Amino acid sequence: MNGAQDMGGKHGFGPVKPEPNEPVFHADWEKRAFALTLAMGMPGGWNIDMGRFARENRPPAEYLSMSYYQIWFAALEQMIKERGLVSDDEIEAGHSLRPPKPVKRVLSPADVAKTLHRGGPTERDTNTAAAFKAGDRVRMKNIQPLTHTRLPGYVRGHVGTIERVVGCHVFPDSNAVGAGENPQWLYTVRFDGPELWGAVGDPTVKISVDAWEPYMEPA
Amino acid sequence: MSEHDHDHDHEHSELSETQLRVRALETVLTEKGYVDPAALDLLIETYEKKIGPRNGARVVAKAWVDPAYRTRLFKDATPAIAEIGYAGRQGEHIVALENTPKLHHIVVCTLCSCYPWPVLGLPPVWYKSAPYRSRAVANPREVLADFGVTLPKDTDIRIWDSTAEIRYLVVPMRPAGTEGWSEDRLAELVTRDSMIGTGLPKSPKDLK
Repeated sequence: MNGAQDMGGKHGFGPVKPEPNEPVFHADWEKRAFALTLAMGMPGGWNIDMGRFARENRPPAEYLSMSYYQIWFAALEQMIKERGLVSDDEIEAGHSLRPPKPVKRVLSPADVAKTLHRGGPTERDTNTAAAFKAGDRVRMKNIQPLTHTRLPGYVRGHVGTIERVVGCHVFPDSNAVGAGENPQWLYTVRFDGPELWGAVGDPTVKISVDAWEPYMEPA
Repeated sequence: MSEHDHDHDHEHSELSETQLRVRALETVLTEKGYVDPAALDLLIETYEKKIGPRNGARVVAKAWVDPAYRTRLFKDATPAIAEIGYAGRQGEHIVALENTPKLHHIVVCTLCSCYPWPVLGLPPVWYKSAPYRSRAVANPREVLADFGVTLPKDTDIRIWDSTAEIRYLVVPMRPAGTEGWSEDRLAELVTRDSMIGTGLPKSPKDLK
């Protein structure tokens, strides 16, 4: 979706302000919101792309005015409510008012380390051949999906060079809408600064995105 | 996204509301048996104490002293990093990027906050902020100036926008004057920002 999350090249946000000796979390509730989001992935049954879409899919003014973990928490609330795991009245009451829905698994303390260590690799076997090879010129399609995509607006319509054939990976545009993993070939595509930013583009800068085959066509 | 909450006193009441709502939700989810609070504590402890940029610094220092390791790291970083014990969530597919006098790498995620957790931990607020996400791809030299970094004009810059599940780790150049240093001592020079590309490693005199 062309939401506020797609920030590459936007103006007016001001300078970057690094915080010296920044703590990992800035408030106790951030720690809990972070851990709840990770832990609920298992009983909640959503995937990472559904999670990302839940975070970005909100009015731009709202997205831009919320802190990072406020967005995480809002998305968590939304995903558990959509799945009927918890209702608004229960959050208001601060207590469970109904029996739980059966869930597949709950993250136990004993499983934390190995679950994190395993992670969620996204590379998949395939019988298909990659359509492009390193050095090929490709144009990114001008797609405008209302749903989740990982093709940033600033590269759409632009021509780049395939730098690396990464492998066959879960396709977020399908995975986010529950249409399955639909693995597709993934490439690192490199663009020249002036190709993306015109006359003000810095010719000493090259920019790459990782992009799936359905995002591109031969140039 | 907004600057961090603690910069804004007027957001205090809103913050308390968030705090109460998070607490309420944790109670509900715990009562329903969907989460185990001990597992939550462990998740937090892991990313506060165990998984952070010291991990990445060890990888970089090893690459500086061990040519065979360096070769393995640039050939296929994920198994090379797993050799030292770092792997998993948000680092399932890692690529190591070599800074040289002619080429400087910078990593960003314009669409959200993708970051190589097993080697760098959780991202700092600025990495997730609108100023960084919007400008890193278009005006990287200005962004570097925000960090007090100026590169030579003839050093090319390469921006890596982390739009898939590939995670990038910058391997900065080894500082001069560190000949014969141990891995442990070298690792002290490797800053988090130098592994994102918005900073440079410390020099030996910074440690004194």
